[in-house]
Amino acid sequence: MKEDNTNESQKNTGISRRGFLKGAGLTTAGTVMLQSGLLGKDKETIAAGEEVGIEGVVIRLKVNGKMHSALVEPRDTLAYTLREKLGLTGTKVVCDRGSCSACTVWVDNIPVNSCSTLALEVGDSEVTTVEGLAKDGKLHPVQEAFIEHDASMCGFCTPGMVMSAAHLLETNKNPSLADVKNATRGNLCRCGTYPHVFKATLEAAKKMS
Amino acid sequence: MEEKKLKLPYGIPGHNLTEIERVVPADEPPAWPINDKLKVVGKSVRRTDALAKVTGAAKYTADIQLSGMLIGKFLRAPHPNATIRSIDTSAAERHPGVYGVHVITHHKHDGDESGPGEFPEIKYAGQPVAGVAAVDMPTAIEAVKLIKVIYDTKPFVVDLEEAQKPESPLVYDAPVDQQETDGGGGSESGLGLNGNVRGPSRGGGPRGDLEKGFAGADIILENTYRTQVHTHSSLETHGCVVDWKPDNITIYASTQSTKGVRNEFANHFNLNKSQVRVICEFMGGGFGSKHSAGDFGLMAGHLSKKTGRPVKLMLDRQEEHISGGNRPNSIQYYKLGAKKNGELVAMYQRSHGTGGVSLGAGVGHIAEAMYTCPNFTTEQYDVLTHASPGAAWRAPGNVQGAFGLESLIDELAEKLGMDPLKLRDKIDPSEIRKVERKRGAEKFNWARRKKANSDTGTVKKGLGMAQGHWPRIVHIDSTAEVRAYRDGGVEVRSSVQDIGTGTKTIMAQVVAEELGLQAEDITVSIGDTAFPDGPSSGGSIATGSITPAARSAAYQLKLKLFDQVAKNLGADASDLVAENGQIVSKKDAAKKVPFKEALRKMRYEQISASGSRADDYEGFAYGTIAHGELGSVQFAEVSVDTETGFIQVDKIVAAHSCGRPLNPKQIESQINGGVIQGIAYALYEDRIMDKATGQQVNKNLHQYKLPMSFETPEIENIIVEEYPARSNTDAYGIGEPANISTAVAVANAVYNAIGVRIKELPITPAKVLAALNKA
Repeated sequence: MKEDNTNESQKNTGISRRGFLKGAGLTTAGTVMLQSGLLGKDKETIAAGEEVGIEGVVIRLKVNGKMHSALVEPRDTLAYTLREKLGLTGTKVVCDRGSCSACTVWVDNIPVNSCSTLALEVGDSEVTTVEGLAKDGKLHPVQEAFIEHDASMCGFCTPGMVMSAAHLLETNKNPSLADVKNATRGNLCRCGTYPHVFKATLEAAKKMS
Repeated sequence: MEEKKLKLPYGIPGHNLTEIERVVPADEPPAWPINDKLKVVGKSVRRTDALAKVTGAAKYTADIQLSGMLIGKFLRAPHPNATIRSIDTSAAERHPGVYGVHVITHHKHDGDESGPGEFPEIKYAGQPVAGVAAVDMPTAIEAVKLIKVIYDTKPFVVDLEEAQKPESPLVYDAPVDQQETDGGGGSESGLGLNGNVRGPSRGGGPRGDLEKGFAGADIILENTYRTQVHTHSSLETHGCVVDWKPDNITIYASTQSTKGVRNEFANHFNLNKSQVRVICEFMGGGFGSKHSAGDFGLMAGHLSKKTGRPVKLMLDRQEEHISGGNRPNSIQYYKLGAKKNGELVAMYQRSHGTGGVSLGAGVGHIAEAMYTCPNFTTEQYDVLTHASPGAAWRAPGNVQGAFGLESLIDELAEKLGMDPLKLRDKIDPSEIRKVERKRGAEKFNWARRKKANSDTGTVKKGLGMAQGHWPRIVHIDSTAEVRAYRDGGVEVRSSVQDIGTGTKTIMAQVVAEELGLQAEDITVSIGDTAFPDGPSSGGSIATGSITPAARSAAYQLKLKLFDQVAKNLGADASDLVAENGQIVSKKDAAKKVPFKEALRKMRYEQISASGSRADDYEGFAYGTIAHGELGSVQFAEVSVDTETGFIQVDKIVAAHSCGRPLNPKQIESQINGGVIQGIAYALYEDRIMDKATGQQVNKNLHQYKLPMSFETPEIENIIVEEYPARSNTDAYGIGEPANISTAVAVANAVYNAIGVRIKELPITPAKVLAALNKA
């Protein structure tokens, strides 16, 4: 684990866990993450000069506007930390390797696969999970529309789907069907809610504008 | 039993709706009119648990966290065929953070009593060997790696055709049977085993005289079709939390049958059913694979019993692929004889398929049941291989069988120069599908369909259609309780679970309709064996089983309430009705009281009534299972790129019936899901086994291809309302029917586009190009 914190090992082996994670998350969330350069931020400083051991470190994590502290190991992903350490189980883990986007959360308002983001990487960025999407007790229009248009069946993909769809509407007020498909292209739904997800997201956009 | 006569709506509105008199049990509620005249039933009421799902508040089994809970993890055998010589768990047991280790042995309570030696024989790569319980997942993973197992490996076979050869390694050396679980999966017992080939099963038995039939045929077609293995890939993996207390055990299970898990668990551990409580509030998909307590459930039980702590054991994604169940593959041979006018005179079907180490790969039911060809024989063989066990998968057998049968019928239409719809009008006795064909063809604009391979460009359009059949199956052992409280609350309770299909919502609708309330007035408490036994959610059984029970319970409760109210109103209880939130006298509208007001005046804090599923009206039930038909017809429009072989499904029109539709939007959701899974089966999904190592190569969600947003076509649904007059709700499920005909409709559309028939699923670009090159 130690070598993850040195640039030296990346040069030597050509692949590190971090390097792997950068390449692994090529679904919706992962792509946006790379484009945003989020991982390019100098998060390494979080453990600068310190040896991060198996015993873990206590980090401060801002989630849904609230500051939490959690004892995390370097290997702990953000998804694992949210679910197991903070009890925020709305975020789901399905493939655990960035291919289904069930674990999508926003880090500084950018959707990422939290299964392929280390908790230590988050630093002082702000995390928004599905539990934090409603503001002041009022559902996000996408959540409202998902209910109205029956866009969930078993519901296990729904938190990730909602986070992808809601992010689209935060950045594109007038999306086309193709835009909605593009925004949710990494989100796997086994029940087949896609048609109602598309409809709900487009209807939510209309209501927001 | 006392009986009475009821007049019920019968038939299809807009086609042949009439009324029929049935003799029914005396305590059954009065007949409901058709949906048009109802207030809550038949309306697209909001899914009752949607809010919990969109906010992340819904707690699935994977989300359960109990005080002191340990994490369980399996050690799985890496070899497809091996004998275990020894197992040393000492290092794992010493590992810090490990609380318990359990090794699966031959002792009765580990589920495998056969064979010599202390440990069960390993028969597929990934078979569980032992399990650990540790403080957290990383520790459990470390501990599993510390268990030392010495294996004697043996030759194995994972390929369907290889396994049939006489020299092939044997999976079992003596005949095997497979017990039916709560979700089916059983196989005809007592069939012979020849090498790895078991059977044949002959379905309901041969009809007529095959030889005579073929002798009278004007045209004979012979074809072989192949389908692949695909895995359920539910987003929530199989798993449970077992909390073993000295006097009672609570199990949180991701299951399609709380009752089934309870029964299996109690049986395995020699407990009374009353000591085991199974809870499933939310579950993340099953599609047929989640009926049993499972090896994971028994392991969690052993570990929890041993450690005295709750143990959570959820499979990871790889484990889900290799042991979470799958739909067996098939090789289907057909010989079909028909007259020039299309009339079918003889059909012979023979199939081989493998569910790995398990049985249940038969595909012949749909061929036997859909067209009722007078001279018919089916021979269905299970082929055993060293691969993980199959499981029921949405319309088991019929999805594979439909691909063969409906490809064949499409080809017959082509050979006879008949329109595929006209041919089916001739050979299909189903009135429901006749209406579905008509309404579907109009919506789809079937008339624009051209001859095969008509397009001249690189990308060719094709239109195709296919049909499905699924029996109406009902579990009579289905009970619900309805309670009303003095504070105005009304609750319906049953052990039946909602697996994402909307069972909670339709139960609220049915109870609300009966009591003259709104769906949101009803609290639905289900998915818990502390409540009366409900049905499992599989085989499209749940709706037809539990909604009549729920309505009966609400009706009985209403009668109790009327008795209490009548005196105060100065009315006769038999004159009272509950409608629009009021209890009112039919004879004098001035005599009325709001429903909630009536509850407030109750003598007791709470009243309760329960209801069970009556036999289908006028004895359609056979034992505990009643059969009828749930027909479906689907139409597909595809574009095939003849340079790349790439297929895009542009549009599906799906025409379905499920008796009285209770909630059209939820039905649409399920049809969409069935269609999308059908497209996945047609074009993408394929469990790839490496013949050399016996391992699944694509046990993840990036190489195991599934359709996502861009692969989702436009889908239009037609729900054909139909009243079979068989129960007090007359409603049935839609899960299976929705999934049966999509793949073959797509395949038939691909044929129409390129003029070459591809007889093996999935239809990958490589197969399209190979077919075009050969043509």
